[in-house]
Amino acid sequence: MAQSKQHESKPHLVEEWVGKVYTALCILFLVVTIFSMVYFVASKGLTTFFKDKVNVIDLLTGIKWNPGGDPPLFGALPFIFGSFSTSILAAVIAAPLAFCAAVFMIEIAPKFGRKYLQPVIELLAGIPSVVYGFVGLSVIVPLFRDIFPGQGIGIAAGALVLSVMILPTITTIATDALASLPSGLKEGSYALGSTRWQTIYRIVLPTMLPALMTGVVLGIARAFGEALAVQMVIGNAPHIPGSLFESTSTLTSAITLSMGNTVMGSTHNNALWSLALILMTMTFVFVFIVRWLERRSKI
Amino acid sequence: MMKAKTVDKIATAVIISVAAFIVILLAGLLGYILVRGLGHVSVDFLTSPPETISEGGGIGPQLFNSLFLLFLTMIITVPLGLGAGIYMSEYAKPGRVTDFIRLLVEVLSSFPSIVVGLFGLLVLVNMFGLGFSLFAGALALTVFNLPLMVRITEQGLKSVPREQKEAGLALGLSKWKTITSIMMPIAIPVILTGTILASGRVFGEAAALLFTAGMSSPRLDFSDWNPLSPFSPLNPFRPAETLAVHIWKINSEGLAPDAAEIAAGASAVLIITVLLFNLVARWLGRLIHRKFTASK
Repeated sequence: MAQSKQHESKPHLVEEWVGKVYTALCILFLVVTIFSMVYFVASKGLTTFFKDKVNVIDLLTGIKWNPGGDPPLFGALPFIFGSFSTSILAAVIAAPLAFCAAVFMIEIAPKFGRKYLQPVIELLAGIPSVVYGFVGLSVIVPLFRDIFPGQGIGIAAGALVLSVMILPTITTIATDALASLPSGLKEGSYALGSTRWQTIYRIVLPTMLPALMTGVVLGIARAFGEALAVQMVIGNAPHIPGSLFESTSTLTSAITLSMGNTVMGSTHNNALWSLALILMTMTFVFVFIVRWLERRSKI
Repeated sequence: MMKAKTVDKIATAVIISVAAFIVILLAGLLGYILVRGLGHVSVDFLTSPPETISEGGGIGPQLFNSLFLLFLTMIITVPLGLGAGIYMSEYAKPGRVTDFIRLLVEVLSSFPSIVVGLFGLLVLVNMFGLGFSLFAGALALTVFNLPLMVRITEQGLKSVPREQKEAGLALGLSKWKTITSIMMPIAIPVILTGTILASGRVFGEAAALLFTAGMSSPRLDFSDWNPLSPFSPLNPFRPAETLAVHIWKINSEGLAPDAAEIAAGASAVLIITVLLFNLVARWLGRLIHRKFTASK
């Protein structure tokens, strides 16, 4: 009797075991991948400092990047500056637009917004980055060349292309935040006789500010890591530009351009891995800022 | 001091015009690419190989590579992503370890794709000796896409009513059986829609592929379907330049006199494919939802 009972429950147990092991293996694969990614990029990026004896401070603050010179110079500040300026400028352009789009979708015309603006935003998110780069190169750069002094390439063109790319990121998060706002807040404000704009400006905006900031930081993080679209319109000269319309580089564009042309293990190649390490470190910083903001917006 | 009502009207007008501007922006973007690109698209363009220095090159091999790479990537990503998603949603016990895994997935999803590509170059291409190959590219894209797939699966499983899950467990089904035969069918619409949208992302990705699948394609022999032969299109261990990578390459170092037209044509093809993915995902999601819930 006892034996048959055990026999009956066996397939059940095996089934359960298969499921547990399979899903655990999948998650293990994910975790191992992330750890090895951090380990390999970090160990490669640190070789520049330990083996090739490049000074960390020199790399982070040097303004001359000339790996082929004598002595070779590895000042990555122009790239760091390029990455920060383009992505922050892109967020400055995109954030107000995203805020307006969110307010439009939730407060002003929910029906029209859900039906037309939402799919538009989703499609913008789906357009591949090389296509953005191509349009930037064939529309924005010639336009800037005609209007402003210079070649049209540079931080302004890069930031403009990036701002369209990160617009969906910020809009989605702002819309979600706005939709989850307790309606009592708004109703209270309307009951006191405020207009819609007064309600938005004095009640809605302050309440959703942490969430909006989360969207902005995520947008900056995306812009910071974007490689090809920026590389196509930024010009790729390795120095800090004097204006927004002068050729410059970002961390990603420098890696994209030179990684294929340098020999693995050479100091130049290792320095590129150090740039990748900076990118990765910044990703961690962005994730932690986002987490911190999310914790704040919950209170 | 302006009247509050006037300010309200101005602000409303500004917000509406910004919304209109965004719609026009997308229409302009799509219109520009399609108008400039579609004139160059023909059957010949879609099937012939590219030319390096002369006019009249096509995008045949690149288009094939993109589709084949997408197929390979999804074959690896879907089972892994589903498994990991099920674990996170059903098996993971709340606590520090789970929180930590969640943080890791979040970090992985925000890694720049170029960093994923570099990791692929170091580990897959050099260390595992895969060389610049479709397989290395597919694995890199898997890494890049896994967090999204995990999130999609979790969302899908979360949409299953608790009663249905509990009914399965109460009938004495094992947890795994409950998940696979009760919860998954209900979660499929969400998961399928998300997966198709993720495919669109894979199709347009280039930065992670530059240093994994490579920036060149051998002369493919489309009559040779033996996956082990080096010139066969089906060989997963050959280098493969995808459509997105091709667009980038001809824009930055294209020597053909009609490089700009080719880039425009290829962009149009890329955009149309991504749009198709979007439309199919929406339509399929709605269709399955209607079938499963009997609602209109």
